[in-house]
Amino acid sequence: MLKQKRDKSSKREHNPYRRRLLFFILLGWGLLLLGDRVSELRVYQGALIAIYALAIGSLILLTGYSGQLSLGQGAFMAIGAYAAALTQIYLQPPLIVTFIAAVVVAALFGAIIGGGAARLSGPYLAGTTLALALGLPTLANLFSFLGGETGLYFDVGIAPERFGAEFTLYKWFFWIAALATLIMLFFIQNILKSRYGRAWKAGRSNPAAAQLVGLQVGRRKVLAFTISAGVAGLAGALLGMVSLVAPSTFTLSLSFAIITGAVLAGLTSLTGSILGGLVLVVIPEIAEMVSGNFGESEAVTANFPGLITSLLLILTVLFTPNGPAEQWHHHKEKKKQKALEKAH
Amino acid sequence: MTLKVERLVVEHGAIRAIDGISFEVAEGSLAAVIGSNGAGKTTLLRTLSGLKDAKLGKVSWMGRDITGMKPEDLVRRGLSHVSEGKSVIPELTVKENLALGGLWRNNKSELAQSIEEVVELFPRLGERMSQRADTLSGGERQMLAIGRAHVSKPSLLLLDEPSLGLAPLVVEQIFQTISMLCRDRGITVLLVEQNALGALAIADTGIIVNLGTVVAQGDAKELIDDPALRSAYLGY
Amino acid sequence: MQQVINVFLIGISIGSIYALMSLALVLVWRSTRVVNFAQAGQAIVTTYIAWEVVNRSGSFLMAFILAVAIGGLIGGLVESGMMRTLFKHASDGPVAAVAPVIATLGLLGVIRALVGLIWTNEGKRFESPVSTAGFVIGDTTLPFSRLNLLIIFTAAFVMIVFSIVFQRTNLGLALRAAAYNPEIARLSGVKVSMTRTIGWVFAGAAGAVAGILLSPNDSLTPYSLDVLFVFGFVAAVIGGLESLVGAVVGGLVLGVGLSFITFYLGTSLVFPTAFIVLVVVLLVRPSGLFGVKGARSA
Repeated sequence: MLKQKRDKSSKREHNPYRRRLLFFILLGWGLLLLGDRVSELRVYQGALIAIYALAIGSLILLTGYSGQLSLGQGAFMAIGAYAAALTQIYLQPPLIVTFIAAVVVAALFGAIIGGGAARLSGPYLAGTTLALALGLPTLANLFSFLGGETGLYFDVGIAPERFGAEFTLYKWFFWIAALATLIMLFFIQNILKSRYGRAWKAGRSNPAAAQLVGLQVGRRKVLAFTISAGVAGLAGALLGMVSLVAPSTFTLSLSFAIITGAVLAGLTSLTGSILGGLVLVVIPEIAEMVSGNFGESEAVTANFPGLITSLLLILTVLFTPNGPAEQWHHHKEKKKQKALEKAH
Repeated sequence: MTLKVERLVVEHGAIRAIDGISFEVAEGSLAAVIGSNGAGKTTLLRTLSGLKDAKLGKVSWMGRDITGMKPEDLVRRGLSHVSEGKSVIPELTVKENLALGGLWRNNKSELAQSIEEVVELFPRLGERMSQRADTLSGGERQMLAIGRAHVSKPSLLLLDEPSLGLAPLVVEQIFQTISMLCRDRGITVLLVEQNALGALAIADTGIIVNLGTVVAQGDAKELIDDPALRSAYLGY
Repeated sequence: MQQVINVFLIGISIGSIYALMSLALVLVWRSTRVVNFAQAGQAIVTTYIAWEVVNRSGSFLMAFILAVAIGGLIGGLVESGMMRTLFKHASDGPVAAVAPVIATLGLLGVIRALVGLIWTNEGKRFESPVSTAGFVIGDTTLPFSRLNLLIIFTAAFVMIVFSIVFQRTNLGLALRAAAYNPEIARLSGVKVSMTRTIGWVFAGAAGAVAGILLSPNDSLTPYSLDVLFVFGFVAAVIGGLESLVGAVVGGLVLGVGLSFITFYLGTSLVFPTAFIVLVVVLLVRPSGLFGVKGARSA
């Protein structure tokens, strides 16, 4: 009798896991089908969306679930990109190994910096990671093997022949980026739903209480920082793949864009990260259309996207202090409660 | 002309810290609010001085509704609050702490005079004018806190546990000064204390609170002598 | 030896600019417990305005005064317009803790974009009001110029004004009291919501001075003060983020230290050094050289 009961409950725990897996597989399949039906530019943008979504996911993992805000995701992305490029150039291993190298090296740096970051909070951590994002890319000029301002070329080769002649380079990029992102997001989602994720959440909302029930908040913060850096490293390697592994790719603006995407996505829901990535790619597109109406002025094209995203950022924190997603949730729950009260 | 509190309700989130308290304090009298830890005494004072918002109820002073007014405006209406735990600013000097109380009046000669009065009340502060407040002893800090409130020229003084953590001799001196401020200067005093015996001894009236409600109020001497109250709330 | 003195003086000159930015950050931190990531952004606006005024009228003094006044105005507007709304809505949700950081970052983005839209992203050359050629002693030309001297004197003047305001006036006492303990300040009759705004006004003015002192003889772009913000932040952390004196000393120490690094080891090591200093200070002495213990967790 008792045994039966336990079986039932464990089954219930496994179900969402399988459902999530199925969801991700279907999503990936859908995206790949879509990739065949749109233009090259859209395929390239699709790859960018996937990469941004992954980077945003790495930040949501950190901020939404452990309460730390890093302005330095761009720096970890740079580390991952350089690690991947260097591995590829000097060792020429199978492609997957270069990506693993990106994750491992970025995570390693994340662990080192996270060790210090765990003792910092709020503005201190933000300021320190900001300095990191601004300073780290300048290191590229210091060591000649990093290629200076021109950077390195991270060559993932062309698609294997069995995909057919129609399979262009951009499709290959998209294929790699979307697959890596989906696998990683699935992986993060499962961490967050695990005991670890719940413990992080506890540490975020009430560090003192979490400490009291025996959760080691400090160590978990370092762990969150490490994993987040590793994921960002992968996103960086992917970004290096579609553009260039150079300081000009991993600017402070990139870090800020990631934060913007994460805040707009809600900071607490991972599913929002794809939406965040979409926003980051779509807004410059809109800006270009608008600047077309103003006679293609360079100042407008360069600054309009920043104006829109920054305004959105401010409005979001001003009017939905808990992130749009949670606010919506809250709103729905309140409605439900009101309906219940009425029914009584 | 009185301090009048009517059916006051104050909440900390889901917890009702004050659950319908009503009382009056006559002008120029000294009232003691007695109760154990968590009875709602500090919340009561913080609500009266505007640091905390009341959920329901009304507070009036000198016939005027002051519910929901800000502390900085209440000071200008003669209400001074010495908050819990030696409310001085340790980074500032003794003189600066005192001057702080008179800033809003923006009158140099009046300020100098008020500071002189405080030195008369507490000569020990006079010797330490240019020292930082964190060099003072606990008793001296409490004197400085009361002194700062005095510089604001209050007509109603709210005191939150001035005896907390002080040596008996110092407590006696502080209580004497409080009593003197009330009797000689005509300041109405609302004194919140856990030290029931000491506070009721100098008070005209007593208000005993428990779990956010008033369990007894009346003449201070009678409350001291009430054996039922003694064992249940006064703890001696 | 002469060279050491030279490098030191150059360091004091650049360090006094860092000190002003650091001062601005500390003023804001003390008044509202917020690190204003848009501080350099606000300074960019005033620096562009100063550039415009210098170009049209040729008067550096007028440009300076106008920049400082507008800098203060912007600071006050940001506090009363944006930060107040932010704190009003603040709750203890996951985003609330990082909301001020995000809001000021957003402001930085808006300011940069607007500046770029008005003046374009192309570098503008900001002419120095005085000679940038080094002083000549005997037959050696020093790297230390009239511009460096002007920077040091201007920064010193601003700091003296600040120290008089803070130490000798009623307003200064109210500002300090509100910074140390807002509750006691309010109970003493200080209008803390006003001192907050004033803190931002002063910070905006100090930041404007930093921007206008850093830019002469250099290219001005919407991004050219990013580095100033980071060095200002490092200086503020060295000083403990709470102390005005600490902010100034932190700025000077950083300026002199980086000046020696630039001269003897090369420019490319400046940023890594500043970052390492920042991390070491935060880990070894988190309250800074002048900070109060246990003040770091806010």
